[in-house]
Amino acid sequence: MPSTKDLRDRIRSVSNTAKVTGAMQLIAASKMNRAQIAVQKSRSYSDQITSVLSVISDEVKGLDLLEILPLLKTRTVKKTLMLLITPDRGLAGPLVSNLNKEAGEFITKSKAPVSVVTIGKKGERFIARTSQDLLASYSVPDRPKLEDILSVSKFLISQYENENFDKVVIIYSRFLNTAVQVPETKIILPVSSLEKNEIYSGEFIYEPDPVSVLKQLIPRYVETLIFQSVLEAIASEHSSRMVAMQNATDNANELIDELTLDLNKARQESITSELLDIVGGVTALESKK
Amino acid sequence: MSKLNLKITTAESEVFSGEVDSITLPASEGEITVLPSHVKIISSISPGELRLKIDNEEQFLSISGGFVQVNNDLAIILADSAERDSEIDIERAEEALKRAKERLDNSESEVDLLRSIQSMRRATIRVKIGKKRNSNRRRNQ
Repeated sequence: MPSTKDLRDRIRSVSNTAKVTGAMQLIAASKMNRAQIAVQKSRSYSDQITSVLSVISDEVKGLDLLEILPLLKTRTVKKTLMLLITPDRGLAGPLVSNLNKEAGEFITKSKAPVSVVTIGKKGERFIARTSQDLLASYSVPDRPKLEDILSVSKFLISQYENENFDKVVIIYSRFLNTAVQVPETKIILPVSSLEKNEIYSGEFIYEPDPVSVLKQLIPRYVETLIFQSVLEAIASEHSSRMVAMQNATDNANELIDELTLDLNKARQESITSELLDIVGGVTALESKK
Repeated sequence: MSKLNLKITTAESEVFSGEVDSITLPASEGEITVLPSHVKIISSISPGELRLKIDNEEQFLSISGGFVQVNNDLAIILADSAERDSEIDIERAEEALKRAKERLDNSESEVDLLRSIQSMRRATIRVKIGKKRNSNRRRNQ
């Protein structure tokens, strides 16, 4: 049975932990709101650019474009490039380990050798620790703008165009809602054939011409895909951290309750045994008389 | 009279959404004006000035490139970046212009040169639109 002093010390330390996790929860909650709004806002752009792209690619389907637009061309996959988007910091529940697991499985399953580009320190360390081929690592600010990911997309596109790699995928955590984030693998290059959008079918006039528009549109589309994934990853990170910290705070409070109960018991016991001692002493004295 | 439904979005946010009477935009082959019942068109946009007419009132935006899709009186502008005239800070734009000019003089590589030309164009457009707004305001006062 621990002494009352030990119990008091433990209660103090646990309640300090609860204070820290409570503060982290509040911070994560406010960051989460901001990140969720950013995801919603950029979704409309990415939906629309996808629909424009599908209209044009439908238009130019007959033409022999693949030579002009290498980003559309599917090649036999000899080497794969993976962009792994993870948080910089931990304490976000199972998020990081789920992402790393997804990445590890992708690498083991892939027939072609995989090289990795990372955004975020957690993924970078994982790739370095498992001694995979780490090609480059980037970091983005907490509230990224499109410019912040341009260097990443330029790098990926040039690697693909120079035929250093024949396939580029993103692994990121898709934000579904505050409670659910799933790791997801998405192929970004070659730009795959898009589903035809029925609402937009019909003859369009192109200025200057479909191919030039497409040429400008495709890099934008790739940028948007990456940007959207980064935003989703950030929203997932903060949501996951908020939930994790909420659980930690709840657990700490529960522990405090249990320890307080133990403390009260221990205190009561020591009082009882002291009382018994006194009573015993008095009886002994009285019987002597 | 029928109107055009216009949406201007950038990757980061929605800049404009609403009904307009006409849109004049800097397409890659020169300026085009889109009126209601316009033929379906997809065009790329060059950096420049975007003019919207809403009930005889004109609004100006600076746009730094992108795409437009017009389909049955629904116009969608996918902008690389777009700013309403009321959001433009002339002093900042002029400063950026000055910086870009300096960089242009000192740039050595081709990439540098291209970049400074681009930022100079953007800054010039901003300054121009910002000044236009200020003169409009003075006239109305």
